[in-house]
Amino acid sequence: MNKYTERLYNGLIKENPTFVLMLGMCPTLAVTTSAINGIGMGLSTTVVLILSNMLISMLRKVIPDSVRMPAFIVVVASFVTMVQFLMEGFVPSLYDSLGIYIPLIVVNCIILGRAESYASKNPVLPSIFDGIGMGLGFTVGLTSIGIVRELIGAGKIFGFSVLPSSYEPISIFILAPGAFFVLAILTAVQNKVKAGKQEKAEKQGCGFDCASCGSKTKCKEQED
Amino acid sequence: MDEKLNISSSPHIRDKMTTSKIMLYVLIGLLPATIFGIYNFRHEHAWILVVVTTITAILSEYLYERLMHKSITIGDLSAAVTGLLLALNLPPTLPVWMGALGAVFAIVVVKQLFGGLGQNFMNPALAARCFLLISFTGRMTYFVYDGMTGATPLAKLKAGEAVNTMDMMLGLTRGTIGETSMVAIIIGACFLLLMGVIDLRIPGTYIVTFVIFITIFGGHGFDIGFITAHLCGGGLMLGAWFMATDYVTSPITKQGQILYGVCLGLLTGLFRLFGGSAEGVSYAIIISNLLVPLIEKITLPKPFGKGGEK
Repeated sequence: MNKYTERLYNGLIKENPTFVLMLGMCPTLAVTTSAINGIGMGLSTTVVLILSNMLISMLRKVIPDSVRMPAFIVVVASFVTMVQFLMEGFVPSLYDSLGIYIPLIVVNCIILGRAESYASKNPVLPSIFDGIGMGLGFTVGLTSIGIVRELIGAGKIFGFSVLPSSYEPISIFILAPGAFFVLAILTAVQNKVKAGKQEKAEKQGCGFDCASCGSKTKCKEQED
Repeated sequence: MDEKLNISSSPHIRDKMTTSKIMLYVLIGLLPATIFGIYNFRHEHAWILVVVTTITAILSEYLYERLMHKSITIGDLSAAVTGLLLALNLPPTLPVWMGALGAVFAIVVVKQLFGGLGQNFMNPALAARCFLLISFTGRMTYFVYDGMTGATPLAKLKAGEAVNTMDMMLGLTRGTIGETSMVAIIIGACFLLLMGVIDLRIPGTYIVTFVIFITIFGGHGFDIGFITAHLCGGGLMLGAWFMATDYVTSPITKQGQILYGVCLGLLTGLFRLFGGSAEGVSYAIIISNLLVPLIEKITLPKPFGKGGEK
């Protein structure tokens, strides 16, 4: 696996921002009332994340360490403003349903987190791929939560009725408590799947492939 | 001689009460309200909902514990109590599968995911009722009595209409299956009081606080008819005697129980008089359930020799 696909894999599965890192919980819980909202929020965050990762990575030698946070915020805020105006102009209905959560992308922990922990230390191209991976991971997370909530809570997926009309929607799932239920259950499911995989890997033993190993920090601790 | 020399380790004083015995007494205490509810809503076939909800609760506890390789605890009857309480809190016309869904939610999400009996942070039956109330608002507030649809006495009271207090006391009116008859509930509650399963502290302070609140803010002053109607209407009696007194979700300290009762009374009055809907007992109880750890923290008794004036 080369460096770029490794970044994508990392963002989508290994360090999925929604289900593993538990970052950006505010939009995750608030806007995922439908699949289309989830995908809209995910993609707009992805765009901001890619652009800000790129610019911050370019500027990483220019920005003094002591003022890096304000500098990151300025960069992120400018991109969010652009995305916001574009969305207001071209997808007004999505813009209305996402509401305050678009300007709030500025303070989304995923974006600042990636800027701080990856983009400010790595070259431009890997940073862009890191942004793509993390953004897509976020999008996948939000969309899957949105699909489950919309399916159970309204009997639809992406606005199309998929369940027979005799189905009585359990509307708590498109309200706030449903977000917590669905997030918790999906996280539990993916933890279960990953735990199974890890057990398998441990049984097979260490292949000395430290680059893609999940427990390399443990190895380092032991060596130290 | 052998009996006098007890060489087992402490505790040496044991109570004959067991969890399953307490739960059995609660079930017996609920019988009058259940039987009356089934009779009262015989045209709506309320018995099917009661039976299905109770059995689903027991079954889901069994299946969950089986799947998670835990010891099976359906023998302590707590799942049966939860299921029955939930059923008594549902309107008789509710589709049976909704009752079953509520029972699964109560047992799996509210009780078992938090560690089973003794670990749940709020009353499972009430949490499930609120789950259903939010999910199927229309169905959960659709009340029929004797084949006729209409508002519950509490909703009428809120709208300022006249209500028949005598019918409300006996239970010949609209409402959820178990809440309508004050008489049946009081008979069951007296049994529990006599057996020492519950004491007057929580229900007493709850009802007294509620009456005081209604007198002050109800807009009718000390009007006996109005206050009796409020006491007989809705789930106040069922909630005060059978659900607020749940051991797991109520404080264990004496002052704590009084504080808890006051809290319940204030919240119920607040929801009923100033809230959007006519009823507020279930929300009042589950919110107070959440306050229990805080109440216990401030009413923790000081051990002898610790604390005091310095």
